[in-house]
Amino acid sequence: MNRLFEIVRRDLRLALRQGSDSVMVVTFFVLTVILFPFGIGPEANILERVSPGVLWVTALLASMLSLDRLFQADYEDGSLELLALTPTALEVLVIGKVIAHWLTTGLPLMIAAPVLAVLLHMNGDGFVALLVTMLLGTPTLSLVGAMGAALVLGARRGGVLLSLLVLPLYIPVLIFGVGAIDAVVQGLESGAQLLVLGGILLAALPLAPLAAAAALRQALE
Amino acid sequence: MQGLANPARFMRLSKVVQPWLALASVLLIGVGLYFALFGSPADYQQGQTVRIMYVHVPSAWLGMVGYTTMALASAVGLIWKHPLADLVAKAAAPIGASFTFLCLATGSLWGKPMWGTWWAWDARLTSMLILLFLYLGYMALQSAFDDPGRGARAAAILALAGFINVPIIKFSVDWWKTLHQPASLMKMSGPTLPPSMLTPLLLMVAGFTCFFVVVLLLRVRAEIIASKIRAIRLTQIHGSHESPLADRLAG
Repeated sequence: MNRLFEIVRRDLRLALRQGSDSVMVVTFFVLTVILFPFGIGPEANILERVSPGVLWVTALLASMLSLDRLFQADYEDGSLELLALTPTALEVLVIGKVIAHWLTTGLPLMIAAPVLAVLLHMNGDGFVALLVTMLLGTPTLSLVGAMGAALVLGARRGGVLLSLLVLPLYIPVLIFGVGAIDAVVQGLESGAQLLVLGGILLAALPLAPLAAAAALRQALE
Repeated sequence: MQGLANPARFMRLSKVVQPWLALASVLLIGVGLYFALFGSPADYQQGQTVRIMYVHVPSAWLGMVGYTTMALASAVGLIWKHPLADLVAKAAAPIGASFTFLCLATGSLWGKPMWGTWWAWDARLTSMLILLFLYLGYMALQSAFDDPGRGARAAAILALAGFINVPIIKFSVDWWKTLHQPASLMKMSGPTLPPSMLTPLLLMVAGFTCFFVVVLLLRVRAEIIASKIRAIRLTQIHGSHESPLADRLAG
């Protein structure tokens, strides 16, 4: 447990000192969302209708931006090999990295999302649902993304490849995230969608670190 | 199964099996096509377009079988580190991807007259499309490394992660009642198709499956031969590099 916090603390400190990615991730999120009123038109009712989808799709893309750096920097300067040599299990290392990734991307996205929801005229009922779905969904994005990031270590064109691998696996989170918000906005129950989102998170929590650790192991062979 | 794992034995056995399977697939698809196109009645609602089913359903089946084969072979390759399993997984991917594409294309052609649209964001269609992208991601990851063994292992992990999608496709029409009709072939209560349609469909499914196995064997054999050629070339290059130097040293 202590080692886990050590890894999280190390990654957060690195993120802070190296001028973190989070500012760029949030800026990308905001800019891309702002593009939609220009592209679709400023009519409030249309924006209100598409706002859950726009917010979720852009959050998904934004959280992918910093993924390729998750293991890449450590892989290149050799500290990943040193971390693998410590008695800490690689799975714990992955979980630590995922927590740090979520704190530097998922959490800032969650904070930025309601502000953007106002700009998109989202129905007031949807705000809580938006926050809850992001709270349940963005950790899954970080978990699945960590697996993708570990798989492409040392590959040619790793960054582009990463999006090809990870985006199809993100689709369930997107479907149920948007579904829950849409249900609440239309005055329906959203319990089922939220339960599915939580279920996906609970399934990804043990499985994704296992897969990512296996991928790291074969990358370090 | 254990005996098959020896590449030399696999080469010998597959050489014997392959022509028979090819013959079986030609016969089954030939007879199946006759029944599908001439020997079976048109549907009372869908008319002649129902005949698309005889290509669409086998393709969908093989799209999923291809991924299952790939995932099983990947698991075997990861657990027992067997090179033949890696080759099977690698060989199954493009075939499965082609059948998935064929399924989507024929489904689209069928959807236009029946549903009035080329494409609907229906659960089964969408999950099939995701399956196609999983295949593409698998193939891209596999070819992205300089070391083919590394690519095979990374892709195997991805194949296992993506395998979650296969049961979702299978049961999507039962879980979400959407535009796509529910399963009519593989059901606990038995198929709901009349025998006049069931016979050609089963013939086509069997024929397509034989064809899949034939192409899979062909590709695995080609991979084994290619790796042999690579090994021979390497020793040749090694030899030709060494001999002039040895000559010079001797002279």
